[in-house]
Amino acid sequence: MSVEITSPAFKQNVAHALDDVNLQTALAKVGPGFISRRLGAADKMPEFEALRDSARDIKNHTLAHLDLYMERFEAKVKEMGGHVHFAVDAAEARDIVTDICRRLGAKTVTKGKTMISEEIGLNDHLAARGIEPVETDLGEYLIQIRGEAPSHIIAPAIHLTKDQVEADFRRVHADLPPERDLSEPTSLLAEARGKLRQRFLAADVGVTGANFLVAETGTSIIVTNEGNGDLTQTLPKAHVVLASIEKLVPTLEDVSQLLRVLARSATGQEMSVYTTFSTGPRRAGDADGPGEYHVVILDNGRSGMLAGQLREMLRCIRCGACMNHCPVYHAIGGHAYGWVYPGPMGAVLTPSLIGIEKGANLPNASTFCGRCEEVCPVRIPLPKLMRHWREKEFERHLTPAPQRYGLGVWGFFARRGWLYRPATRLAMGALALLGRTRGRFSSLPLAGGWTKYRDFPAPEGDTFQAQWRKRKERETLARAEAAAARGDAA
Amino acid sequence: MTSSRDTVMASIRRALGVTSQEAPRRFEVEERIARHPRGVLPERAQLPPDERIALFETMARAADASLDRLATRDEVPSAIAAYLRARNLPSSILRGADPRLADLPWQREPNLDVWIGPSDGRQLVGLSHAYAGVAESGTLVLLSGPDNPSTLNLLPDHHLVVIDAADVAADYESVWDRVRVLFGPGVLPRTVNWITGPSRSADIEQTLLLGAHGPRSLHILLVG
Amino acid sequence: MHPASPTETDAGKTPRVGLFCTCLVDTLRPSVGFAAAKLLEEAGCEVDVPRQTCCGQPAFNSGDRATSRALAEQVIVAFEGYDYVVAPSGSCAGMIKAHYPELFVGDPDWMGRVDRFCAKVFELVSFLVDVRGVARVAAAYEGTVTYHDSCSGLRELGVKRQPRALLATVDGLSLVEMGEADTCCGFGGTFCVKYPQVSDAIVGKKADHIDATGAGTLLAGDLGCLMNMAGKLQRRGSPVRARHVAEVLAGMGDGPAIGEPAPSGKA
Repeated sequence: MSVEITSPAFKQNVAHALDDVNLQTALAKVGPGFISRRLGAADKMPEFEALRDSARDIKNHTLAHLDLYMERFEAKVKEMGGHVHFAVDAAEARDIVTDICRRLGAKTVTKGKTMISEEIGLNDHLAARGIEPVETDLGEYLIQIRGEAPSHIIAPAIHLTKDQVEADFRRVHADLPPERDLSEPTSLLAEARGKLRQRFLAADVGVTGANFLVAETGTSIIVTNEGNGDLTQTLPKAHVVLASIEKLVPTLEDVSQLLRVLARSATGQEMSVYTTFSTGPRRAGDADGPGEYHVVILDNGRSGMLAGQLREMLRCIRCGACMNHCPVYHAIGGHAYGWVYPGPMGAVLTPSLIGIEKGANLPNASTFCGRCEEVCPVRIPLPKLMRHWREKEFERHLTPAPQRYGLGVWGFFARRGWLYRPATRLAMGALALLGRTRGRFSSLPLAGGWTKYRDFPAPEGDTFQAQWRKRKERETLARAEAAAARGDAA
Repeated sequence: MTSSRDTVMASIRRALGVTSQEAPRRFEVEERIARHPRGVLPERAQLPPDERIALFETMARAADASLDRLATRDEVPSAIAAYLRARNLPSSILRGADPRLADLPWQREPNLDVWIGPSDGRQLVGLSHAYAGVAESGTLVLLSGPDNPSTLNLLPDHHLVVIDAADVAADYESVWDRVRVLFGPGVLPRTVNWITGPSRSADIEQTLLLGAHGPRSLHILLVG
Repeated sequence: MHPASPTETDAGKTPRVGLFCTCLVDTLRPSVGFAAAKLLEEAGCEVDVPRQTCCGQPAFNSGDRATSRALAEQVIVAFEGYDYVVAPSGSCAGMIKAHYPELFVGDPDWMGRVDRFCAKVFELVSFLVDVRGVARVAAAYEGTVTYHDSCSGLRELGVKRQPRALLATVDGLSLVEMGEADTCCGFGGTFCVKYPQVSDAIVGKKADHIDATGAGTLLAGDLGCLMNMAGKLQRRGSPVRARHVAEVLAGMGDGPAIGEPAPSGKA
């Protein structure tokens, strides 16, 4: 089964998120840190904007030639002794991984952070077949022991507080002395390191994602700060890479351009600590490295996105800058989005992958403040693509009825100025009268969504257009009278 | 039966409106791979050698690596011994069989145990030789191979890396050019590790902590 | 950011400006319209207010392209005769300037016409500074103010330094910057009624930042954002008063602030 989709219940998710004290405590730290670090990194690189253009152009070129780069990539992987598996959908991808694990008699599978694994629901699938998946990225480990999904694409446990982590470690690491001091993040990290070190060394198969695939050399690339991805892919018998079709880039030079914008946009680092290029299995004479190398290429609806506007979304390099800068994400966190990909990139990608019927809330839940587009390293016009989904929703009559009706009435008047102007004058006159004493309303019929949380100002009185015309008439009259007076005098 | 591969490829072609047989498209792709054009290169690293090496040093330190600048390779064993003493570490290291490491005058530090081979996680200190450095970001480039196990980069608590100053390049692209000469076009070793500072995580409340899964310390021995 | 359009009007002739007053100013706060007109006239423009309704943004952002397109045509027809079209709103000006062209893509009858039209559309304060070269205003306003950067103006039109430059010339006024002045206030047009809880959470943080400055007055260039922030501040009982930046720049900052009653006896 794939990850449960709760996007249709977005509003309930939001209510829950806003009431969650731990979540709100954790979220308060998201914006300021990420935003200032990215800005600092961008400021230190005078070529940053040019690099963003370059990154965009590389992705556009690759997507336009994806069939050919894919052929090249596949041929190179095979030439270097690896295997490429194509998966049309999540079920196929899960089966491919399970088959590899079964063939190797795998009991445990260590995992580097991979969003594709979340997308295809790999962990539950493996566990149900007696193969234990062990997440090794610290954030992924934290949510795995809690039975949760990631709430951010690069910082999966960003919704948790330190105290929650401590409580979970005491619950799960029951073999350790209960009196141990876990009050500092360093002690939590040390404990996780110790626990996971044993798992790395015992794993049979290592599953990672890929930040990029390089067609020139048949290489997969992972970018991490912890080093967990490297241990995951180096120690076991087989390294399985899960990647979606849009991860391809042509050459090592191209990927170097993209790497220059990835870390800066994501964490504000000049470069992440570990950028690891993996090509095929262990070579003859090598003292370590995996005996097998498999790349699972997942489509799951992405190829269809190549046909229209949504192709731009396939440039995404999963840096997370859009959510790090999103006021909506800051308010509600990632889980409220109800599926694997949160924030602005999720608001565009999720409807593409699960359908607009289920994902309609997400592209609507944006203020269109434009900050995501402003920081996107590959210049994806995220608001425009969210609007694209709103248009699809509107075309297909999926827009909620009250909203559609309200829009219809407003549109009817706005298109007929001769009706609009007297109607607004009448309405504003009445409202002005009603609100005259206080100057504002704390409740208004049909505006409950507004007045539940904030006051609504009373109109000043007559409309600007009507007042302007009256003033112009008075001025004209005054000029005529003045002229007449001059005429009389003459 | 149509394979999943064919289904995915056909779907990509359909969405792009192509057949994959178009000669100009094939030519463009082949050209790009053959010529691998460079994109935007940061000015900051386009420097004469001395300044380039100084930038590498600055950037590596900024990424929380420590660094010893040594005049000659002969000083490496003593520098390692001093590093271990200063941190109260046992006088024992594990290294690969790389001749550039084998040739060092280890006899100068008779108390230093030097083991050779891949790491199984029990060693505190690993020693590698970098293939190159990148001044732009203070990044080390290590290539895996029979003499250079990649576990050495990952499992020990302390990762010591020797690098020749002459191998410090301005940018990643310059390193790729060298790699292509060494392995031939379109070929990489099993693993190319770019390492920029020691392992870290900020997954607990965004507090940055060093030493997540990989080495807690990265120490660079910059020679020349 | 947006250099003056080199039109024949720059050569000394009085430019004719069509004031796009915006729905919100038209219906709720006409004094902003008069302030805008005064500033434009002081900047040597002849101001006219042709009959108008809405720029179409609510429809556009709700996915209703047909209505957006119809309203866009209506705006273009009403305003294309002027040398410039100026709106006291980054949101409406941004809708026209940045998004109208998208509505006419593939329509050769309109495309050139739309581009020519969009080239002469401006947000009020940036028009004054960047196009008319206004460097100072003759206005006084006693007290400390803080300024919120509305998203569309900031990101679609580059409005940031212009209002600050002019506010610095207002007698008696001192500006204190709030934290995260360039973060969205949570208004987002229809967003604030579609997802009121999220909107409230966002404007709550914004109100915290505003209150923390200790400023007596909040200024911004968009009435939608101002109503949202003022409404939140008032609901919390905050003493901060909210005004459109044009009111203060035009020396008309002595009337009731947003959501305040008119002095008794006046409607």
